[in-house]
Amino acid sequence: MTFLETVRTAFTAVMGRKMRSALTMLGILIGIASVMLTIGLGQGAQQQITSQINKLGSNLIIVSSGANSGLTVANANSGTNNNRTRFTTPLTLNDAAALADKNTCPDILRVAPVSTTITTAYNGTASDTPSVVGTTPEWVDVTARTLTEGRFFTSDESNAGSMVAVIGPGTATTLFGSDAVVGQTMTLSGQSFTVIGVLNSVGTTLSGNGDEQIVIPAGTYAQRFSTSTNMNTVSTILMEAKDKDSLSAAIQEATTTMYVMHNVTAAAPDFSVSSQQALVETIGSLTTILTALLSGIAGISLLVGGIGVMNIMLVSVTERIREIGLRKALGARPSIIMLQFLVEASMLGLMGGALGIGLGIVAGRILSKAISYPVIISVEATSLALAVSLVIGIVAGVYPAWRAAKLAPIDALRNE
Amino acid sequence: MPMIVELSGVHKTYKTGSITFEALRGVSLEVQENEYIAITGPSGSGKSTLMNILGCLDIPTAGTYLLGGEDVSTMSEKELAVVRNKRIGFVFQQFNLLRSMTAQRNVELPLMYAGVHAKERHTLAREALERVGLGDRTHHRPGELSGGQQQRACIARALVTNPDIILADEPTGNLDSVSTHEVLRLLHELHDQGRTIILITHEHDVALESQRQVQIYDGLLTEGLPV
Repeated sequence: MTFLETVRTAFTAVMGRKMRSALTMLGILIGIASVMLTIGLGQGAQQQITSQINKLGSNLIIVSSGANSGLTVANANSGTNNNRTRFTTPLTLNDAAALADKNTCPDILRVAPVSTTITTAYNGTASDTPSVVGTTPEWVDVTARTLTEGRFFTSDESNAGSMVAVIGPGTATTLFGSDAVVGQTMTLSGQSFTVIGVLNSVGTTLSGNGDEQIVIPAGTYAQRFSTSTNMNTVSTILMEAKDKDSLSAAIQEATTTMYVMHNVTAAAPDFSVSSQQALVETIGSLTTILTALLSGIAGISLLVGGIGVMNIMLVSVTERIREIGLRKALGARPSIIMLQFLVEASMLGLMGGALGIGLGIVAGRILSKAISYPVIISVEATSLALAVSLVIGIVAGVYPAWRAAKLAPIDALRNE
Repeated sequence: MPMIVELSGVHKTYKTGSITFEALRGVSLEVQENEYIAITGPSGSGKSTLMNILGCLDIPTAGTYLLGGEDVSTMSEKELAVVRNKRIGFVFQQFNLLRSMTAQRNVELPLMYAGVHAKERHTLAREALERVGLGDRTHHRPGELSGGQQQRACIARALVTNPDIILADEPTGNLDSVSTHEVLRLLHELHDQGRTIILITHEHDVALESQRQVQIYDGLLTEGLPV
């Protein structure tokens, strides 16, 4: 008896009890479909995060004031820190200048000091309340933004404190509707600004809504918006590492430079250095853990499905004692009987799995549309699901198949 | 004529917990090639046990069984499966055809276990079905055949491997008189063509169809029919 004939025999047996086979497969089907969906959602989330890295500029490093704010990459000793009650030296333009020094920080490509506040902007009666960012021309490259209209301001404009602004597309629409934006004026804190450019749309990223922004020269910000006594004070300093490989070196250089600038030690820093990459990786690994956890829960339904297959196979063996006896009388060796039932069980598993994959793909499409979030069902996940359902079928079939193989032919034939 | 079946001093004891039951108490039987022999006996006489041992479905507790000169009394289940497949053709009272398969596929089953290729299998099965007069019923399922036709399909299945013996266990037990007649005539024809047939029955007139009758009673075998 060839393997193909065994498969054919098993297929006949499965098809001969359609209702029962369908119900048995249902367990595997639901299990596989839910695991596929969970993994699909997880991979969708991973893709979202990856695209966010690209939006943010994957080599972005951020220096913020105060230890332990955000994800600290500097060796801040969190156990002994009481920085909240201690005086913290604010970040200044001098720090930014030091970080831009190619001799001490060769791996840092660009530096953009950033000050941020929130103010309402007016154009006649139209108003919008975006975040106002005061920075230098490097900002546009550091944050990996582009302009869809007009231009970014120059160093000269930045130093001179020109009343010019580059605005996000969301703010542009809110303030000016569909009119041409470049050359228009708007009022910000009672002062008139000329719009010279519109930024590309990035949507909401990990650092806020990039579409609702007004970017003005650092000099202008210092004169008009700074609340600090020191006009050189900035909120954060953004930097771009030369490339992905030099990211950790750049972080190290930035940290060392900041120790010197602020005259602090690694034991008690008053700043923190973080990278978007690290943050994104952390979120990514959290997503992976969450996906694994949810898949595990979904996997329990697979286990239940497997038990269902085993149960039905045991019933099947009991019901078909006469058939088994006959096959043995006609010369079927125990191994052939064993194989027949094993193939039958794995067929139930495999068919349930295949249908589950189908359901998973369809449900994934629908879910993806419904929640407008990507659900990615990869070839790897599909083949893995198929393999898992096959293995479940085989494992569930071993004991019933062994029972069938061990039946004495006379007992089997005698059974009425 | 060489001996096909040589049973000598065969005992079969069943143990169920503390109860021991001796179904066969030293049975010796010789069957020659191309002999047509009937074994009769009332229920509980050890008839079924003898049939199981003759059919290699079970092995004796003591004594030897030579089938075609080969000692099968100490074989493993795996080896017995091969012996059953090659040397024995079973005809059952209940026919035991698989309902999901056509007559053709049912007859092919023992050939499949013997590892015969599909093409040769089809030819042999078709020939066997034609031999029993079911040439026009090859693609019918058992449910679409009458009792007599089912039993003839069963005989075709027993024939198809060209076995040493055909072991018919109450082959007419479930049949009406017309079908009984057909089946007995078929067994006769097969005997005339040189086959060895062992018929197990409790019916007097069916037993008389054979050349030689032996009877079993309380686990012991005697020649002739009960008076």
